Amino acid sequence: MIPVLSYRLMQAVLVALMVGVLTFILTHALPGDMAFRIAAGRYGYDYVNAAAAAAVGAELGLGLPAWQALGYWLWDLLRLDLGQSLVSGEAVVDELRHQLGHSLQLAVAAVGLSMLLGPPIGILAGLHPGGRIDRLTLLLATVLRALPQFVIGILLVMLLAVQLGWLPAAGHGTAAHTLLPALTLALGLAAVACRVSRNAMQDVAGSAFYAFGRTKGLSERRVFSRHGLRNVAVPVLAHQAMQLVYLIEGVVVVETLFAWPGIGHALVHAIVARDVPMIQGTALVLGLMFVLMNALVDLLCHRIDPRRREA
Amino acid sequence: MIKLRSILIGASMLAAVSVHASDGVLDIVAPWEVGSTDPAKAGYVYTRLQIGETLVEVNDQGKPRPGLAESWTISDDQLSWRFTVRQGVRFHDGSPLTAEVAARALQRALAKPGMLAVAPIEAIGVDGDQVVVRLSSPFAPLPALLAHSSTQILAPASYNEAGEASQVIGTGPYRIERLQMPQKLSATVFNDYWGETPAIAKLSYLAAGRGETRALMAQSGDADIVFTLDPASQARLQRDSRLEVHGVAISRTLSLKINAGHPFLADPKARQALSLALDRRGMAAGLLRTPEAAASQLFPPTMGDWHLQALSGAERDLEQARALLAGLGWKADDKGMLSRNGKPFTLTLTTFADRPELPLLATAIQAQLRELGVALVVNVSNASEIPAGHRDGSLQLALVARNFALVSDPLGTLLQDFGPRGGDWGAMNWHSARLGEILQQLLQETDSQTALGLRQEAARLLHRELPMIPLAWYQQSAAVSSKVAGFSIDPFERSYRVSDMRWVQ
Repeated sequence: MIPVLSYRLMQAVLVALMVGVLTFILTHALPGDMAFRIAAGRYGYDYVNAAAAAAVGAELGLGLPAWQALGYWLWDLLRLDLGQSLVSGEAVVDELRHQLGHSLQLAVAAVGLSMLLGPPIGILAGLHPGGRIDRLTLLLATVLRALPQFVIGILLVMLLAVQLGWLPAAGHGTAAHTLLPALTLALGLAAVACRVSRNAMQDVAGSAFYAFGRTKGLSERRVFSRHGLRNVAVPVLAHQAMQLVYLIEGVVVVETLFAWPGIGHALVHAIVARDVPMIQGTALVLGLMFVLMNALVDLLCHRIDPRRREA
Repeated sequence: MIKLRSILIGASMLAAVSVHASDGVLDIVAPWEVGSTDPAKAGYVYTRLQIGETLVEVNDQGKPRPGLAESWTISDDQLSWRFTVRQGVRFHDGSPLTAEVAARALQRALAKPGMLAVAPIEAIGVDGDQVVVRLSSPFAPLPALLAHSSTQILAPASYNEAGEASQVIGTGPYRIERLQMPQKLSATVFNDYWGETPAIAKLSYLAAGRGETRALMAQSGDADIVFTLDPASQARLQRDSRLEVHGVAISRTLSLKINAGHPFLADPKARQALSLALDRRGMAAGLLRTPEAAASQLFPPTMGDWHLQALSGAERDLEQARALLAGLGWKADDKGMLSRNGKPFTLTLTTFADRPELPLLATAIQAQLRELGVALVVNVSNASEIPAGHRDGSLQLALVARNFALVSDPLGTLLQDFGPRGGDWGAMNWHSARLGEILQQLLQETDSQTALGLRQEAARLLHRELPMIPLAWYQQSAAVSSKVAGFSIDPFERSYRVSDMRWVQ
């Protein structure tokens, strides 16, 4: 357990450094005048002009050499200070706190929903490989995984909000508002979780220990709960970790579509406005979230699979 | 699937309670984010939602009318303006509005980038219950500047120690209940409002950047009012019986900003040729879905005195365009592409995607100019590339959506766009001494007939010289639920006019 965690901690430090330096270099390599971009972000395009850009440049000291600016950022990071947004003037930490809460809410709901949808159906399919449910879920999973999240989102809104009037189309604030964006993300995640658990179930159901469970007289339900569930859970969880990329990518798309004030939405806006501290802050948090979630999955797998503990 | 169904049914019950408009909250959705509490940065959101107010208000014709200032006078030399502050006005925190508070808010606005800097203001002071603005030269559109959202008057408690507005404590009929930057704001009626109490007691504002999202929110009934519809959704929403789609021409023109210093574009005949090669009617009908939006001139009919009535339509004439360019020495090769002294007629057009129709129009322009023999490279970038390219001289052509009513009197914007050194969003390397004279004269002209003549002359001059090639007049659009009565669009985009609305019983 300890080696697992210390490895992840080291990874976190490396991720923080790399994300900070890389985002800094990439943003500075982008074309366009920073002062003008920030002025456009602040005042809107009707009011961005040379006077506004000059005022922004003077206020923010944008003339600083790049290596010095990066040095300041790293020094501030060591003191856990992420600086201030160049557009809103708010502390990056405060903005991130607000946005991260919304994104986490969305991500947790999406993973939860995908777990409710994917594995149960997958297990059902895996118990009867080649059957009707199996073929149907294969088709559904393929379609869902192939469709961009943007399209899934629009289709869901058309069906559940516009046609049926069950859910709000966009916005945030109530539990109901979470459901559509979370479902948009969850369907793609569930598609993979469903196929992985189906294959795992098929393997487990065909194994000698499963057959032995049956021959010693256990009911189907008993044999599944004693010998099946835990064995199916390990590969499903491991795959879930690999899907984090899909989840975090999806958060960026889905937040913009559903007018959700999360970190993905903030990142898109920060890039457009060349809000360097904000870009560095959001990228840092997204990177650390990867490490954290991977660590969590490691811990869970560790707990579920006794062989790992002995190893 | 059974599980999914039951989850959804459960959620739908939740949604029914919390979302739909029977809750008495007027839900407004628009693309603009609430990025700041600073009037200079996002003040327009607060004036539109009637939270913050300005000294001067504007009627539908763009004429100034009393706001937080009951009346105003101007000295004979036109250098000193006195605005008498309305008595008995309270801010949302209960503190009273005084001339001193108003003057301090204006001084703060003057110190920031914004419209007030356009006026030659020497000082803003106080005399009794009057705010006194002293100018170094006459500036007739001053009241229009004082109607701009960046000059809204906030309570002293709105500002932090650094002098930045960290809260929005205004005087409007609505006060902020909850502000969740950058997307959401809810407000309730302010009981001590100095004017009439509105019928609608609560409103909420949501910034949704994507046009598809906004249209779907209107269709699903989640929003009562949705602003800025993309042309494709507009047609669909018009067929929905629960909605009414409104459209009003505003003083915004989609046009080509031209670098008249570029060797290919310096001759007015070259600009004329480009203008004649464009199929405005086709673009307005096919892309904007508003055939009447095709622009025959820079200033739309909403701009009254600036609009030339006698001017005929905006017809395409490729033959004449070709003849004009041939006269300037351009020759077509066997594929019809033009070149002169071995140089091909190639230009770069810069535009941006904040307004969804701009990239579409840019592609159409590219195809239409190709027929003339001009190769156009389209560069879709950030809006700030246009003023930046203007400043460093690299810009060749830009497709812009210029709002001539940033302040209700277009003179304020025209002075910026057609000044001696051109304007970041206006003329580039083009200047007309006569136009300069007209604009300066209009700053102090008190006779309305003379002013009308000057405005018409300015419009004719711009039409002849084409430092900007007009394409289409912008339509502000909104989809409104049939549950709402009394809706209207402010042609100056200053207010959503919620206080004039009521629920249909």
